[in-house]
Amino acid sequence: MKPNIAHIALAAGLVASFVLNAIAPQLDDYAVNILVLAGINIILAVSLNLVNGHTGQFSLGHAGFMAAGAYTSSIITLSLSPVLSASPVWQGHVAFFGALLVGGLFAALCGFLVGVPSLRLRGDYLAIVTLGFGEIIRVVIQNTEALGGARGLEGIPPYTNLLWTFGIATVAIYVVASLVNSTYGRGFIAVRDDEIAAEAMGINTTKYKVTAFVIGAFFAGLAGGLYAHFISYIAPEGFNFLKSVDVVVMVILGGMGSTPGVAAAAVLLTLLNELLRDFEQYRMIVFALLLIVLMIIRPQGLLGNFQRRKRKPAQP
Amino acid sequence: MNPLLTLKSVTMEFGGLRAIGDLDFHIAPQEMVGLIGPNGAGKTTVFNIITGVYKPTRGDIQFQGHPLQGKKPNRITALGIARTFQNIRLFSSLSVFDNVRTAMNGRLRHGIIHSFTRGAAFQAEEARIRDEVFSLLDIFGLKDDADRQASGLPYGDQRRLEIVRALATGPSLLLLDEPAAGMNPTEKVRLMELIHFVHEKFRIAVLLVEHDMRVVMGVCQRIVVLDYGQKIAEGTPDAIQRDPKVIEAYLGEEATHA
Repeated sequence: MKPNIAHIALAAGLVASFVLNAIAPQLDDYAVNILVLAGINIILAVSLNLVNGHTGQFSLGHAGFMAAGAYTSSIITLSLSPVLSASPVWQGHVAFFGALLVGGLFAALCGFLVGVPSLRLRGDYLAIVTLGFGEIIRVVIQNTEALGGARGLEGIPPYTNLLWTFGIATVAIYVVASLVNSTYGRGFIAVRDDEIAAEAMGINTTKYKVTAFVIGAFFAGLAGGLYAHFISYIAPEGFNFLKSVDVVVMVILGGMGSTPGVAAAAVLLTLLNELLRDFEQYRMIVFALLLIVLMIIRPQGLLGNFQRRKRKPAQP
Repeated sequence: MNPLLTLKSVTMEFGGLRAIGDLDFHIAPQEMVGLIGPNGAGKTTVFNIITGVYKPTRGDIQFQGHPLQGKKPNRITALGIARTFQNIRLFSSLSVFDNVRTAMNGRLRHGIIHSFTRGAAFQAEEARIRDEVFSLLDIFGLKDDADRQASGLPYGDQRRLEIVRALATGPSLLLLDEPAAGMNPTEKVRLMELIHFVHEKFRIAVLLVEHDMRVVMGVCQRIVVLDYGQKIAEGTPDAIQRDPKVIEAYLGEEATHA
């Protein structure tokens, strides 16, 4: 089998993550921190883009899936930490990888359970259901003593490094891009463009929507796990509705359905967030203004080519 | 010969409104049937019942021995019924090429995992689909537009692309919902040629819903006339043109409009 461009890109991304991780000790700690946050935001934005951008479903629950992954993986590494602190570092990282995967799978399961009943809804209704789900997750965690309640979980071992972050970001980009660039995956865009026509062309629209939702939730769960093992402390407040909005902003800013666009927007907004750290309370104002200006001069987003248009009537 | 599609006493009620009442008709393999009737006669409703958009209140629909009532539209398409839409419904942000290849989705042997691994079998299938799409586009003179965004095509080409996309699902029955809507007389002549061509080239049955009498009379072997959801006549184009009930249904309609 001859190597194809997708495989080469995947390998290049993974090698770059290795290199980046190897030179990390030479970098300023602050720079490394920003890089990790940017990488996590890339994972969040690219995975939400599969749901909101390519498939055209408006989900506002990404922070909920992120919380599901963050808490699951943290509980695992925290309960293993007495054993792991005595064993070599690489064993810790293997355990961390396992914990991340379990967290991602649990988030994907949540995505499936929320998606199956609610994806029959469209547009605004779906947004409200996913928003409700995100809040339920947060409130449940807040009131569960075993998960630290409102105080949160602390002392989570800081396994997250640039290799994990950008390795997983590379895989997320690869999965979404190679999915969408296949005959199978063009079905996601068909569902967005015209659901009735997609169904008439033999596409199982419900299955496609649930698939997008589950993959999106899986990567959100991984991002949550990375975040928890980077900050070492998680609390339910960190996964509130505003966190979901942050990710939606990245997707809209970058251009719905454009993977390079939303990845660029994720980096841009991470940097902007840092630059505005001194003006914390005005941050959302700047975000809002940015969005308003963009929607006026470039409604399709930075790199998007999907024009929002008037919805066709639901009648065939 | 066994009929391809049979509707037996199909009734469709929306609340208290009876849109289709006890409709019986059939389509033989490779037959060209027209479904006509004044505005609001229930033609599009019949389409939506056959394609699974609506579930009939009562009645039985058989397609090649499979009951269709209660099946989802994508399952019905997989069985071999494809359709076009009265108001064009292309995947507007996708290219012409992608519009056609998306319609081959139901016939894919490889699924989601293969689009991640991108192995030899996946590449082979994608290449086969590519060839198939291009030969279809070539037949209909759309090959040079393959990379254009579907919404950027001229109106007539969009109608044509809808037919190509429907054919890409591999149907044995093609349903055309008012394909001549919004066309000028020259375009209508070309459309009639196109329908004849599709019928002969692909050896499939066609059910045509159309307002334009010249198109229906010029294309169909048999015509079913609906009025207020009831079948009022059925026969060859010649017989239909002379049928007093048909004339009354149409002239009556015009008289009330006048």
